[in-house]
Amino acid sequence: MREMIRATGLVKKYKTVEALSGLDLTVPEGQVLALLGPNGAGKTTAVRVLATLINPDAGSAEVAGVDVLADPAGVRARIGLSGQYAAVDEHLTGYENLEMVGRLYGFKKARARDRGRELLERFDLADAADRPSKTYSGGMRRRLDLALALVAEPPVLILDEPTTGLDVRSRQQMWQVIRELVSSGATLLLTTQYLEEADRLADDIVVIDHGRAIARGTADELKSQTGGERVEVILTDAGSRDAASRVLAEVSSGEVRTHSDNLRSLTAPVSGGQQALMRVLRGFEDQQIEVLDIGLRRPTLDDVFMSLTGHHAEAAEEADQAGQKSKRSTKAEVPA
Amino acid sequence: MSTTVIPTRGPMRALTDGWVVAKRNLIKIKRVPDILVFVLISPIMFVLLFAYVFGGAIDVPGNIDYKEFLVPGIFVQTVVFGATFTGYGLADDMQKGIIDRFKSLPMSRSAVLVGRTTSDVAYNVISLAIMALTGLVVGWRIREGVVDAVLGFLLLLLFAYAISWIMAFVGLIVPSVEVVNNASFIVIMPLTFVSNAFVPQESFSGVLATFVAWNPVSTVTQACRELFGNIAPGASVPESWAMQNPVVYSLMWIVAIVVVFAPLSVRQYRRSSAK
Repeated sequence: MREMIRATGLVKKYKTVEALSGLDLTVPEGQVLALLGPNGAGKTTAVRVLATLINPDAGSAEVAGVDVLADPAGVRARIGLSGQYAAVDEHLTGYENLEMVGRLYGFKKARARDRGRELLERFDLADAADRPSKTYSGGMRRRLDLALALVAEPPVLILDEPTTGLDVRSRQQMWQVIRELVSSGATLLLTTQYLEEADRLADDIVVIDHGRAIARGTADELKSQTGGERVEVILTDAGSRDAASRVLAEVSSGEVRTHSDNLRSLTAPVSGGQQALMRVLRGFEDQQIEVLDIGLRRPTLDDVFMSLTGHHAEAAEEADQAGQKSKRSTKAEVPA
Repeated sequence: MSTTVIPTRGPMRALTDGWVVAKRNLIKIKRVPDILVFVLISPIMFVLLFAYVFGGAIDVPGNIDYKEFLVPGIFVQTVVFGATFTGYGLADDMQKGIIDRFKSLPMSRSAVLVGRTTSDVAYNVISLAIMALTGLVVGWRIREGVVDAVLGFLLLLLFAYAISWIMAFVGLIVPSVEVVNNASFIVIMPLTFVSNAFVPQESFSGVLATFVAWNPVSTVTQACRELFGNIAPGASVPESWAMQNPVVYSLMWIVAIVVVFAPLSVRQYRRSSAK
């Protein structure tokens, strides 16, 4: 199958951080790849390189068979980019935004107008078409932003954290829209911090940390690496820790984890969900172990991270914020 | 999915794309007219302040009212100050995600700048109209023919356009919108005040006098005074070649500024990304 996005050994350094340190990526035609990682893992930098907004310090990349360094204009004609911060003109109406972008793709007036109206209908923005976009809700702005990326029907779509900062309902609407796009055959690269999002939308997931791909696979493959669901326990008394650990080990599908900073806290990967939880509770009852809190947790990005890197996702986040700040000084519109 | 690949180079594409961006900027002026109000109030204040507060203390050569001497100077000062608007607009775009959108489109690389400087011409037309009206109210008059007067305003607009390109460059290199003001004042203040705009050239001496005589703000002011007929019949002929040929000398500056700052700004735009 033809590869619509291929990046090899991308390196990009900012003053204090190395945002990309040898990232490799491939997305076959018609597929959806999710780039999953915490803030500052290098997702946005990767997107900016592929969208020709910045040049990498080293490495090469091709989008739709066109080299980003040799022919950036050719790449721009073949991609649609929708960013983390809705890149719409707030003083223009939704329609005016779409018409402007159509014209800037080189469309004639009539074509830009028709395409604009068509996209407004499709993205459920027809009623708000002639209102300045600054009156739009966060979800509407994102939809408009995505519509702008689709104006020229590009064969490759790049969506940078399309749902970050959205409420649950807007997020689900957005997922619906993206799923429809994908079914129409576009090749899509999507970045996200949410395992669930990657799970719902992507064929394949690349986990990225410190500017490097650390794992690739389907959502199921990644989850099975993290041990899937797990039981988390907080004991009333740290003295019963060893006994509790033995009970958990019998039920657990993997290794029981204890936390050095909280002696009363234990985590065990399980399979079988509810049944596993029941068995643990029964075991605790037999042994007369009292618990303050117990629950079944689904794997999160942090769990994927823990199992892949041995460190929490947040650790990378802090290092990253310094890098983010140097790039974007006064962005406060959309809380991430 | 279909892809149409359109050439992104060539002067036609730069013009059509530039016009699309200019239209977008003009819509903003229409939707947020407060921007205009504040920027226009200050020149009106300058006219009133200089005409009525300092006017009495400043002697002008020949038998002419100070207000008539002053208004062409205020015109030049207004368009130079007004050019900071270009810097604000660009710095604002750079700070917002919209610049990433533009840069990811297969549009001309100069369109954002061409569009910005072009739409600011419209802004200067409005501001000159308001200035002229204020001038007429305080006693300024056009004493030469209509053609000369039109040429005078045309020269002002061309000069404004050139200064816009300097401010475009400033807008692209500063880290945020707030800095535009301070950065541009460093350029604007000496240019406008060390000139013949507010006080006659004769009141300067030494190095300052030479600076005033060759300062393009002085020559544009001089050209306007000649074209509008605001020079007293008995006034002495200035010594420098620049002041004797103010239109030609001013046009040379205008061309030089655009030739230097347009490519410089486009290069800066290509390099920079959203902040």
